[in-house]
Amino acid sequence: ILKGQRYIYSTRLSGDSEQHQGQYYTVPPSHFHTVFPHGLPPRYQQQVKTFNEGCVMVRQPALELISHLKRADYSKPTLRYLLYGVKGSGKTMSLCHTVHYCSTQGWLVLHIPDAHLWVKNCKELLPSSYHASRFDQPIQASNWLRNFRTTNENFLSKIKLRQRYVWTKRESTEEGQPLGELVDMGVSRVKSSSDVVGAVLKELRLQAGGTEGGFRLAVAVDGVNGLWGRTTLKKEDKSPVAPEELTLVHNLRKMINNDWCGGAVIATLSQTGSLYAPSSAYLPQELLGEEGFDSMDPFIPVPVSLYSEKEFESCYLYYLDRHWLQHPHSQTEEGKKELIFLSNRNPSVLERLCAFL
Amino acid sequence: MQMQRLLLSTYFLFSPERRTANMAASGGRTVGSFLWKCGNCCFNFNTVSSNLTRQVLSRQLCVSAVLHRKNLAAAGPEKFSEEFIKKQVEEFNIGKRHLANMMGEDPETFTQGDINRSIAYLFPSGLFDKKAKPLMKHPDEDTFTKALAVEKHQDRLRGKDLFTQDAKQISLVGSRWLLKEELEELLVETISEHDYARFIQLMERLLSLPYCSVEEDFVQRYRRQLEIQSSKQQVQPLQYDQHGVAYSTGDGRRKTATGTVLLRDSGSGSISINGTNYVHYFPVLQDREQLMFPLHFMGVLGRFDMQCSVSGGGHSSQAGALRLAISRAMLSFLSEGQVETMRQAGLLTPDPRIKERKKPGQEGARRKFTWKKR
Repeated sequence: ILKGQRYIYSTRLSGDSEQHQGQYYTVPPSHFHTVFPHGLPPRYQQQVKTFNEGCVMVRQPALELISHLKRADYSKPTLRYLLYGVKGSGKTMSLCHTVHYCSTQGWLVLHIPDAHLWVKNCKELLPSSYHASRFDQPIQASNWLRNFRTTNENFLSKIKLRQRYVWTKRESTEEGQPLGELVDMGVSRVKSSSDVVGAVLKELRLQAGGTEGGFRLAVAVDGVNGLWGRTTLKKEDKSPVAPEELTLVHNLRKMINNDWCGGAVIATLSQTGSLYAPSSAYLPQELLGEEGFDSMDPFIPVPVSLYSEKEFESCYLYYLDRHWLQHPHSQTEEGKKELIFLSNRNPSVLERLCAFL
Repeated sequence: MQMQRLLLSTYFLFSPERRTANMAASGGRTVGSFLWKCGNCCFNFNTVSSNLTRQVLSRQLCVSAVLHRKNLAAAGPEKFSEEFIKKQVEEFNIGKRHLANMMGEDPETFTQGDINRSIAYLFPSGLFDKKAKPLMKHPDEDTFTKALAVEKHQDRLRGKDLFTQDAKQISLVGSRWLLKEELEELLVETISEHDYARFIQLMERLLSLPYCSVEEDFVQRYRRQLEIQSSKQQVQPLQYDQHGVAYSTGDGRRKTATGTVLLRDSGSGSISINGTNYVHYFPVLQDREQLMFPLHFMGVLGRFDMQCSVSGGGHSSQAGALRLAISRAMLSFLSEGQVETMRQAGLLTPDPRIKERKKPGQEGARRKFTWKKR
């Protein structure tokens, strides 16, 4: 790869053309806070902070996804895409890349950063007011609503509610109110935030792809295998909670079903945060389980592989250019071979390796 | 000895005291007007240089051996020249006359027997060896003859050009002395450890002397050659599979972990361990570095494909076992010199460390129980 070709700083490079595969494109800093308040992997966030810029490598899985999205027919039921691959191969990054593309194209993005966060480590579990046997998670729900508000500011005023929602005896949201009000209410009234989430999802499902003022809806779920599995949460009588008994999970599952049209569902499997799954599992069947596989079926699998030679070169040159690789030996051919061997071209392993070089 | 020195110094108030250097144990040296011949002991005396005449009455006190040795270096070696011998003869005669005076006899008719009797009377010695007792003899009798003969011989050799610097050294590289058991076998008798140590000491002394190369055969009879280490390695020939790709196997063990490796040539550097990728099998960087070391050392990082299987032990010992297996499998692809470098790098040596046994009365192998004062 020649020096001039390795990555391009231009912002006009939208990162969705095939010829730029292997090269980096910069996400404008303004987009970072709006599009990705909560979606990026933590190490990548640190890297962005260090390098003072966010450069994403254009890779084949993301390109494939984007081309599918371009060509899809949105009057038909939604297509579901599933990114899978070994640990550290770049699934979340590809997802974020696609999300960024969607947001630049003007879609409404529903980005759930990690579905596993909803099924474990929950401090408060309230019994749901709407449905007797379900449980609410107020903290997670309100957090997510806040981030959702940051992401899709401009849509909140445009979308009007089509149904009246009653929260308590005194509170209710009328028909025709903008979505923003609903979201604000969910953020402020933490107790009913999970139901608000459910309402938001329902509204968006109904209205996406509609002819009047239609918008495209992208549902991006990271770690979707957490929705069908086991949880670590326990009820007060120490019996385990099944995922269906959680409001958030229930509503999200309804979203992922392909009974609505006008958008796309992009999901990633993740073993890192998953519960009760062996660390060597990465195929959809293993991680989703039977139930999950049946509900996700049919879907378009998108495998995410390790860096190819070209991509590895590009990444290596990027680190060199950023002066991230300080050790003099790492700049030689031999050092590069060592890096290839030690990381086996796994992106996350390479990143961790270069972190202390 | 010190006592006798004191006595001498007091007795010879009127005689000059000269410094003589005492070189080696062989041969005696003149000391003042008396001749001290000792077989085993060195006897240092202070003597003034020949510039001082006999009239100088300097009473030399007992000076420590350190100063003696210092003077040795300054004086330089003494040569057995004719004038020196003449001087010694003169001194002997004068000393004989003094002795006669002391004993109250006539100096003119003082025979050697009289001298011997007087010395035995003046310096009674409890020693048994006749040669160890103090004596006084004429210099011509068997003192300098030996040394003179040696010098004459050397001069003759110099004349014939045979007195060359001993440039031939016995090469001792790659051989070792006989072991005690081997020496016993050779001499067909039992040897004590002390004797064996003395034997080695003497052989080393022999080697330190000049012209030891003359006795090379004798010395070599008592030395054995060391075997070259690298020739012990058995390098298996390369095997070729159906596509003509060369491959070889190797196995290694470390601390209850065993591993086998199948190295294939013209590969891309992919490694699979027990069916899984090595990045997932060894998440720790250190283990992957262990795997990398043999390949990186020989510079063949991207050349081989590997299929490994490993069992037993923990992750570190499995990595060590695989490293040994890889090095052994690589032997068939490398030349002799590279095999030697690998051996010297320690890649082919199996690590002998194993878990140390726990001893009774202690908590672990080394850790003792907590010591309580009461």
